[in-house]
Amino acid sequence: MSEAYGPRPRKEDARLIRGQGKFIDDISLPGMLHAAILRSPLAHARIIDIDTTAALAHPKVTTVLTGEDLAARGLAWMPTLSGDVQAVLATDKARFQGQELAFVVAADKYAARDALELISVDAEPLTPVMDVSVATSGDAPLVRDEEGFAGSGNRIFDWSAGDEAATEAAFARADVVVTADMTYPRIHPAPLETCGAVADYDPVEGRLTMWVTTQAPHAHRTLYAMLTGLPEHKIRVISPDLGGGFGGKVPVYPGYLCAIVASMTTGRPVKWVEDRSENLMSTAFARDFHMHGEIAATSDGRITGLRARILADHGAFNAVAQPTKYPGGFFHIFTSSYDIPAAYCSITAVYTNKAPGGVAYSCSIRVAEAVYLVERLVDMLAGRLDMDPAELRSRNLIRPEQFPYTSATGWEYDSGDYPRALALALSLSDYEGLRREQAEKRARGEYMGIGISLFTEAVGAGPRKHMDIVGLGMADGADLRVHPTGTAVLGVSVQTQGQGHETTFAQLVAHELGLDPDDVEVVHGDTDRTPFGLGTYGSRSTPVSGAAAVVAARRVRERARIIAALMLEVAEADLEWLDGAWRVRGDYAAGAGIVEIARAAHSSLDLPDGVDGHLDASAVYNPPNLTFPFGAYVCVTDVDPATGSVVVRRFIAVDDCGVRINPMIVEGQIHRGLADGVGIALMQAITFDAAGNCLSGSFMDYLLPTALEVPSLELGATVTPSPHHPVGAKGIGESATVGSPAAVVNSVMDALAPFGVVHADMPLTPAVVWGAISRGLGPGRRLGRRDLRRRSGDALARDQGRGEDPALGVALAVADLSEQQVDGGGGDRVEVGADRGQWRDEVRGLGDVVEANHADVVGHSPAALVQGAQDAERQVVVGREDRGDLGHPGEDLAGAVARGGVPVRRHHRRDLRARLG
Amino acid sequence: MKITMYVNGSEHARDVEPRMLLIHFIRDELGLTGSHWGCDTSNCGACVMWLDEVPVKSCTVLAVMADGRRVTTVEGLARGTRLDPVQQGFTACHGLQCGFCTPGMMMTARWLLDHNPAPTETDVREAISGQVCRCTGYQNIVKSVLWAAAHEGDA
Ligand code: FES
Ligand code: FES
Repeated sequence: MSEAYGPRPRKEDARLIRGQGKFIDDISLPGMLHAAILRSPLAHARIIDIDTTAALAHPKVTTVLTGEDLAARGLAWMPTLSGDVQAVLATDKARFQGQELAFVVAADKYAARDALELISVDAEPLTPVMDVSVATSGDAPLVRDEEGFAGSGNRIFDWSAGDEAATEAAFARADVVVTADMTYPRIHPAPLETCGAVADYDPVEGRLTMWVTTQAPHAHRTLYAMLTGLPEHKIRVISPDLGGGFGGKVPVYPGYLCAIVASMTTGRPVKWVEDRSENLMSTAFARDFHMHGEIAATSDGRITGLRARILADHGAFNAVAQPTKYPGGFFHIFTSSYDIPAAYCSITAVYTNKAPGGVAYSCSIRVAEAVYLVERLVDMLAGRLDMDPAELRSRNLIRPEQFPYTSATGWEYDSGDYPRALALALSLSDYEGLRREQAEKRARGEYMGIGISLFTEAVGAGPRKHMDIVGLGMADGADLRVHPTGTAVLGVSVQTQGQGHETTFAQLVAHELGLDPDDVEVVHGDTDRTPFGLGTYGSRSTPVSGAAAVVAARRVRERARIIAALMLEVAEADLEWLDGAWRVRGDYAAGAGIVEIARAAHSSLDLPDGVDGHLDASAVYNPPNLTFPFGAYVCVTDVDPATGSVVVRRFIAVDDCGVRINPMIVEGQIHRGLADGVGIALMQAITFDAAGNCLSGSFMDYLLPTALEVPSLELGATVTPSPHHPVGAKGIGESATVGSPAAVVNSVMDALAPFGVVHADMPLTPAVVWGAISRGLGPGRRLGRRDLRRRSGDALARDQGRGEDPALGVALAVADLSEQQVDGGGGDRVEVGADRGQWRDEVRGLGDVVEANHADVVGHSPAALVQGAQDAERQVVVGREDRGDLGHPGEDLAGAVARGGVPVRRHHRRDLRARLG
Repeated sequence: MKITMYVNGSEHARDVEPRMLLIHFIRDELGLTGSHWGCDTSNCGACVMWLDEVPVKSCTVLAVMADGRRVTTVEGLARGTRLDPVQQGFTACHGLQCGFCTPGMMMTARWLLDHNPAPTETDVREAISGQVCRCTGYQNIVKSVLWAAAHEGDA
């Protein structure tokens, strides 16, 4: 028998590398119409009138739907996955920028877009609630003022977990307590393919076929039945090839429902595919957790308590796509990989005028936030105790002999060997060597950081008694059919978005039945051809659906045993499954494999009781517990304090996801998550201005890591099987996204430690890093040239491949500084540079960097400096003062910048650019 | 406007709106859906195809600008049934997961190897740095392209 497990190329590649994948926008049906959505430009506004007359008069427009039209069908609102309701098309108010107002259906997509401009909306702007910290203050306007929300004051829920009194006592006894406020920003999974649907309603058969970008086709079918009133057996949901999902393709979005209604009213297929700004502004945000964390410890580094208070921004509708019975998801797993005797957390969720959603983004809902919080706190504690962060972690890890381990907040972890994973990560990274290198670099004024994070994930929802989505318990089915010639087809309820189910699941079945994985076809993503189940998210495919496939295969095997006994004329008890065949005990050569048995099962052989005529079997798997993959990561960064830019130089990741079915695919999943860690830690954030405008509505503003930001990744593995999964596997799809951001942030903070920086919130953009350095220095210290990495003009020129001309090097370097940095919105920077600190206090109050030479500030008096800072309009002003810290007498600005490497005012950039010629 | 284009070796003449984007022309008019669309701002590179011999982001090119020119898409990468070494490399090295970025990545990779038969890892990273992949962390894309470089001569 060929070994079924192990790395092997994927079956799905054949079509995808030829451009023959079928993604949602590739679906084209005869007579198909195209739709576009009109969205609110205002974050909060009372709708007075939506006039579609002109749009309807457009020759290519077939129909326009508004909230009023949907209300007539009882469809203006739909239930969310968290017990709230969400407007499909707004009728009363717009509650976030980008909210759906009208749905235009036309002959082609250009015409549909044109017609959007012909709709006139009369609306009264209202003050938006954008700041989560004041949303529940009582003065804030109400995001939700419909019936039933009176008195809620923008508050969605308060929820807590853990033993508050015991935790309080632990803190009271502690030698050391470290507290910190940190935000896990609002981010977006941004799969490369946006969301969309093609709805095709057949009025004759009363049948709806719905192609839709969903990770959970069966749950969608049930929801469409509940919403539209169509009988569920008349609905077929097909999830074609998905261009990524990462949690963003779990919910039902308004566009899907509008497409259904439009197809029902026009009698023609209707396609709707959102564009990128719609995707980023209206779907599937994740995180947005504003956390106050506290950690308590003894002076010798034994962690004794953990506490967190969270303010969660849920946007305009509570549409969190989460399968747990806990309003705060899995956040209370926040003691993570550590044996912490007392823990307590509380979460308040609020409405704001931002997009709804709250998806897991490659995490089992809120575990990413939990891991980030505890890993940051542990690092800060290490700093406070002046202890190596690896050593502090080692002292507090849950020990292997403690498994199954029950955490202070009631989680039962199935298995783990955390010290082994940490030790491997430290040795793969040459941790000691890295620390030595760091010390040498610091002595030279270079800033390198080493960040460690551990994580424990909780994946594979159910059990169903604890987890459901809109009342559907978390269990998944598998149907396995074995053909007379011994090939097999497996139908599963989960849907791949790139995870390679068609390959891994074939390997699972092949391994159980002694078949070649190429002889097992996996069918998924079509509710007419697959058994019911809850779908792919929270890394549940292998833990739940994979288990169902194995159970079904083992049922086939047991049935085969009955037939084998007949074929071999022995008692069933005399058979054992060995090397892919039923063999007679003690006579290895006498046996029958599945191929022969399948033929016999379909033959005229007189079958005994227990076999009706073929080997087919099905199973529904209701997991007894979650699986708990874990890992240890080390991230090495280099930070340039001059520009605030961070380079992730190395990423070492040790993951333990139990038994690996296809290690090649497992590693690919980890690569993806590590890239996520770089992106989330350094650049990805969905932000808004005070007026409610989304500032991250395109890939120009919502930055994703490219091949240049993600380093070559170094992976290691340990294998601690899950004791309750049929083959010992745990989920892996999300581990690295959960575990890696903390490693990056810890690394950057480690690099900045000499500046007194303890924490800065993600994303650590150059401006944020630079601001943190400035803040970290605090009163009494400032960024002098000794603190800065020395890069002379000639070195800069060399860097840029422009010879050794110092002036040119400097000019290039300055011209290279990002606008963001030059205009830096930081708002609270300290004075850099010169003036011997004499006027620093006056200036610091303004919260901007001010350094001036005589050209900037005539007379250089305190008043003039203050004036200069104000003139700077939040820009950083840097210049050279004669005999100041930054410049040497007679040195020009370029030289000062080269050595000081500090941002410059715009006109200096201009001058310097001019010198580039 | 009437335009004629030579796509993967075949001539196609159509009457199109002047504003039609090349990516829409290729996908919607010609039905070659291997090239994808992923952003509004020319950032993602899911739409990369060749205009004459140069990779372009076809979401940023009007179809009329390609009038009279040659276009090569992922569908034109294989020679008959023989896969291009780049396609082989992507499978051999698990260079794709969801496969949405893959056609654009492969078109850039093919161009790179045509101009630099022995690229370094950095060369590959730079070549694809205008394109986004959300699935692979780029690691195996880089590996795939290097694999293709090493197997270019194989029959
Ligand atoms: S579609 Fe994103 S660059 Fe062309
Ligand atoms: S493989 Fe999914 S975006 Fe690259």
